[in-house]
Amino acid sequence: MPDTVSININGVAHDVEAGQRLIVAAESVGEVIPRFCHHDKLEPVGKCRMCLVEVEGPRGKVLMPSCTLLVSDGMVVDTESAVVKKAQEGVLEFLLINHPLDCPICDKGGECPLQDQTMQWGPGESRFVEAKRNFEKPIPVSDVVLLDRERCVLCDRCVRAADDIAGDPLLTFIDRGNHVQIQTFPNEPFSSYFSGNTVQLCPVGALTSVDYRFKARPWDLGHTRSVSFVDTVHSSVDAQTSRGKLVRVYGIENDRVNEGWLSDKDRFIFSAVHSPDRVTAPLVRGDDGFEEASWSDAMALVASRLGGYLGGEVGAIGGANNTNEEAYTLAKFMRSVVGSSNLDAQLGDGLNPHLAATVTPRATIDDLDRAATIFVWGPDLKETLPVLYLRVRKAVRNGATLVVASPAGTGLDAIAAHVVRYRAGSGSDVLRKFASGDKGYEGAREALDAGPVVGLVGRSSLAEDPMMAEAAAGVVRSLPDSKLLTLLTRANIYGALDMGLAPNLLPGRVSTADDEHAEMLEDAWGHLPRGTGRSTTQMLEDLASGAMRAMVLVGADPVRDCPDPGLAQRALEAAEFVVAFDAFVTDSSIHADVILPAAVWGEVSGTATNLEGRVQEVNASVRPAGQARSLNAALDDIAHLMGVDLRAAKVADVTREIAAVAPAYAGITPDHLTFESDGDGVIVPLEGEQPLKFIPVEVSVPVVTSRLTLHFPDALYDDGVWNRNAPTIAGLARQAEARLHPRDASMLPVHEGDIVSIEERFVMPVTLDDTVPVGSIVVPRNVVGTKGLTASTSVKVEAVEGGA
Amino acid sequence: MTDRILTVRMEAHPSDSHTIDRYVKTGGYKALRKALKKMKPEAVAAEVNASNIRGRGGAGFPMGVKWGFLGAAEPRYLVVNCDESEPGTFNDRQLVERDPHQLLEGIAISSYALGISRAFIYVRGEYARGARRLQRAIDEAKEAGYLGEDILSSGFSLDVTIHLGGGAYICGEETALLNSLEGRRGEPRLKPPFPAIAGLYAKPTIVNNVESISNVPWITLNGGLAYADIGPDRSAGTKMLSISGHINKPGNHEIVMGMTWRELIYDIGGGIRDGNELKAWIPGGASSPWFVPDKHLDTRVELDEVGANGSMIGAGAVVVMDETTNVVAAAHSIVRFFAHESCGQCTPCREGTSWMEDILARIMDGRGRPEDIDLLMDVSDNISPGLSWPPAMTTICPLGPSATAPVASIVRYFRDEIEAMMPNKEAANA
Ligand SMILES: Cc1cc2nc3c(=O)[nH]c(=O)nc-3n(C[C@H](O)[C@H](O)[C@H](O)COP(=O)(O)O)c2cc1C
Ligand code: SF4
Ligand code: SF4
Ligand code: FES
Repeated sequence: MPDTVSININGVAHDVEAGQRLIVAAESVGEVIPRFCHHDKLEPVGKCRMCLVEVEGPRGKVLMPSCTLLVSDGMVVDTESAVVKKAQEGVLEFLLINHPLDCPICDKGGECPLQDQTMQWGPGESRFVEAKRNFEKPIPVSDVVLLDRERCVLCDRCVRAADDIAGDPLLTFIDRGNHVQIQTFPNEPFSSYFSGNTVQLCPVGALTSVDYRFKARPWDLGHTRSVSFVDTVHSSVDAQTSRGKLVRVYGIENDRVNEGWLSDKDRFIFSAVHSPDRVTAPLVRGDDGFEEASWSDAMALVASRLGGYLGGEVGAIGGANNTNEEAYTLAKFMRSVVGSSNLDAQLGDGLNPHLAATVTPRATIDDLDRAATIFVWGPDLKETLPVLYLRVRKAVRNGATLVVASPAGTGLDAIAAHVVRYRAGSGSDVLRKFASGDKGYEGAREALDAGPVVGLVGRSSLAEDPMMAEAAAGVVRSLPDSKLLTLLTRANIYGALDMGLAPNLLPGRVSTADDEHAEMLEDAWGHLPRGTGRSTTQMLEDLASGAMRAMVLVGADPVRDCPDPGLAQRALEAAEFVVAFDAFVTDSSIHADVILPAAVWGEVSGTATNLEGRVQEVNASVRPAGQARSLNAALDDIAHLMGVDLRAAKVADVTREIAAVAPAYAGITPDHLTFESDGDGVIVPLEGEQPLKFIPVEVSVPVVTSRLTLHFPDALYDDGVWNRNAPTIAGLARQAEARLHPRDASMLPVHEGDIVSIEERFVMPVTLDDTVPVGSIVVPRNVVGTKGLTASTSVKVEAVEGGA
Repeated sequence: MTDRILTVRMEAHPSDSHTIDRYVKTGGYKALRKALKKMKPEAVAAEVNASNIRGRGGAGFPMGVKWGFLGAAEPRYLVVNCDESEPGTFNDRQLVERDPHQLLEGIAISSYALGISRAFIYVRGEYARGARRLQRAIDEAKEAGYLGEDILSSGFSLDVTIHLGGGAYICGEETALLNSLEGRRGEPRLKPPFPAIAGLYAKPTIVNNVESISNVPWITLNGGLAYADIGPDRSAGTKMLSISGHINKPGNHEIVMGMTWRELIYDIGGGIRDGNELKAWIPGGASSPWFVPDKHLDTRVELDEVGANGSMIGAGAVVVMDETTNVVAAAHSIVRFFAHESCGQCTPCREGTSWMEDILARIMDGRGRPEDIDLLMDVSDNISPGLSWPPAMTTICPLGPSATAPVASIVRYFRDEIEAMMPNKEAANA
């Protein structure tokens, strides 16, 4: 229980939490004080002066801004006196005299704090007869955000969000007096991964996003609470629709997860849902390529072909972009109907499923707020899990010590107390030195000894041995007061693993080796093949060699995303039969014999599980495109054609079945999520212990020795099919470049901007970067120009004659 | 009894009072030697406290009391405010141009008293000559061992840095000044925390005006009580007044407070130009409410008495206006200054000052409306509720309320003159 103080507001005594700002304390007891610059998640600036109240002092009542004033015991406050009312009317009049009042064509009109507060607290009429201030309107401040300075009330929210929250100090005030305006710095656009938050924060229509301008009026919008599927943080979002289409995604303040913030990818990727390139009808390969077919014909074909193989000859790859219910249905379908344990939601790009899904002790995201030390060993959070990056930034702002280890510079380096840099491929060596506090690593090691520690552990890039993360997790685990979060990044991968979409996991965090649970599951399902199945890499190898014959691809693009694109290509070409559930024809699904149009995020409902194990609701906000269907409904039909009743036609039935048979999900019913968790979701298991608890140990991983080792990190804006189909952000995709330490560059020899070839096939310009350790090269994965490059641990790099 | 402290040397030696030779020959750096050799830091601070000197930068806050608030964290800083940008003020300019060593000696003694080894002088950007002379004086003083490492072999070291402002009046406000010094936008900060606890780079910082610090050598040499004996009780010491406007002897005058305004204007200032009638005067710079002859001529030039009469001595800028003055034009000129100099962060100041400027311009243009006078007063009231003294504020710093002073003054004393400028005066009266 936090300390309380007693304050008196308008003659009524209240006990409120100590240490709060008066405006927050007043609101907590139902006294709403108007405001523009105040925002719960930003440091107070006291600029707008809208929140003035009278506070009793030694010299009588004094007007004070309630957003900067901390409550103190015995404080006597008047929020309704004549003086206060006059000040409020005065401030609103001042804000309005130069305001363009173009509300009828303003995107904010109808949801505008300036309009609303003018209605409630403003003067009735205008006394201003002078000429208004004029600015060119609107001006772009970035590729996605426009600024109308005439509407701006100079509340400083956007500047603070960019500076303090995002760490991108790219907006500023310029000029003074009546000419003050928000601006970017010359030749430096507001290119921030978090720029869209400013649009949502802006209390007027000064900041608008290019994709929503003039699209809808707020009172016509439909609202659906859901979570973002851009990464495994699962930020809470309000998916907003107009005339059956998604038009805007806003962040919801889920303080356990995203605190209202979104990355621009979370915010702007939704337009891909309505892409004209969506697959909207079943496609069956004919003599001249794909031909449209009816669902019944296409499913009959799939059922008869899949029914014609021995279970082990078939495998399924994917399911990470689906809901838990869809993933569960896929696992049940493959195991109990097809009779195969060959299933994998990861593409050889992730971690040991036992580590990711069942690591102990597992941290929650908000454990970061309580950590003395945060240790990151893994991908660049800014590029891969941007909202988690914000949470780490916040923890560091509030005093946590940050230790970052990575093979090249990351977004967090600037605020890290200790940066441990290792040459790609030699992590094991450095980890050992670092763990034993060798020379040069004493400071970092010391920080780790100061608990509580939260370790964020993952695979820095596809080129890194996944055992490296396990070794790092082992080090964290060996610390006395430590918890772990693993860093898989793809959408609902944690839900997929929890539903058993892994060769060594059964639904509910159960090992395939756990006979007791396997028996129980067999009772429920009727049939269950025992033992461990094949991973994606093994399946691709077996398909290529002919040892396996058919493949079910579920929203997965192994030709793009697995470490060896060439192998994936050969495997899919060699397969006798491939059925793809997909929303797009991708580099992988193009090899399918049948493509079944998949309903996607925004079109399906169910639940999903994020990287901390939090289960939240996912809700459909629009109807599926064309004839697209959810995976569980389609598989239910196909199973029927194969003579089995999966009982998966209705999502709620599946949710209940999961709660019944998946031990870690015991008790998670739809009602539970909606009514008993404030909508913020719940961590599973709710009660009791999960059957499998993976305990990482310190293992040794071989060190790669070769001329140039490869660091192959993911970029937020890549050439992935969703990014490509979201016009707002498609243009932001990263270009291929080879980052080299100047010393290595001089040996090739190449200069900044010269062209190099990698593995004799991939050509790209050189960028010199002294955060890259000598002896390694950094190339962004899955961007135009690196598509198809194998994530091997070392690469051959040559200067290209006649380069720039 | 001493009647001048700060200007003695410059008057006696107008050609070279700024050089170290002249300074040392006329007793300079004796006070520093005394402090370092014979006094503990606390003893020096105690003398300043005993002197009862009140800050000369405008707010009149007792200097010893402010020093007592200085936080213990290290490092601590001394920042000398030489931004002097209020219309009508030019006394700091004379002090840095004509007697820079007096200021430097004050800085060295104050820093010693406060346990500070890093001092800054924030000099108004237009004061190029003053800054040059200060820099030369710093170099000379270092050379002679009065600044720098191990001053006079006492173990005490001090580094003094000059920073030239960029031409913004608001950077004279102490927290805006600190922001500017840190390379940020010159905007006043929220208080608390006060600079003495968290100032420059969030470290304990004393900000004092040039004139305040220039008195420290004399106080050190002669004792705080001797200083407190000069002038009336709560206005101890001498004060430099910059007298300008329609006066026969404009310029800086160092006076002992306690005389009447009549004595100041007619004796010290030599009376009104061309034998004209005195119409009004601004007692303490553009931000102070005006005084008029029939009410204020025989009141006293004393900090508290001026305050009790609804105005302030402020930074000591007395602007005299004779009968030829168009008071609306005068008020407009001042309001325009504040509107231009507002940092723009608070809504009432940013919007209200330029609105008032527009209204006054319209009245001067012959496009005034009868309701404009009430409107002006109400806009003022929304910036400084009640238009009381000392001013209440709806803003972060006092700049916004300052802009209401000329408006309230002309409405209070010259309403008929404003009304006479309204085109439809007759129509309204009929
Ligand atoms: C708008 C504004 C402008 C100011 N300008 C100056 C200035 O130019 N010089 C100055 O010494 N103090 C100025 N002040 C006062 C300072 O904030 C501060 O009170 C003073 O420097 C403290 O020194 P003192 O205690 O020695 O007077 C100004 C205050 C305000 C609100
Ligand atoms: S653009 Fe919006 S958020 Fe930014 S200062 Fe202006 S009103 Fe505030
Ligand atoms: S009152 Fe004016 S000058 Fe002072 S902080 Fe506010 S806007 Fe800036
Ligand atoms: S909300 Fe308090 S000053 Fe803006």
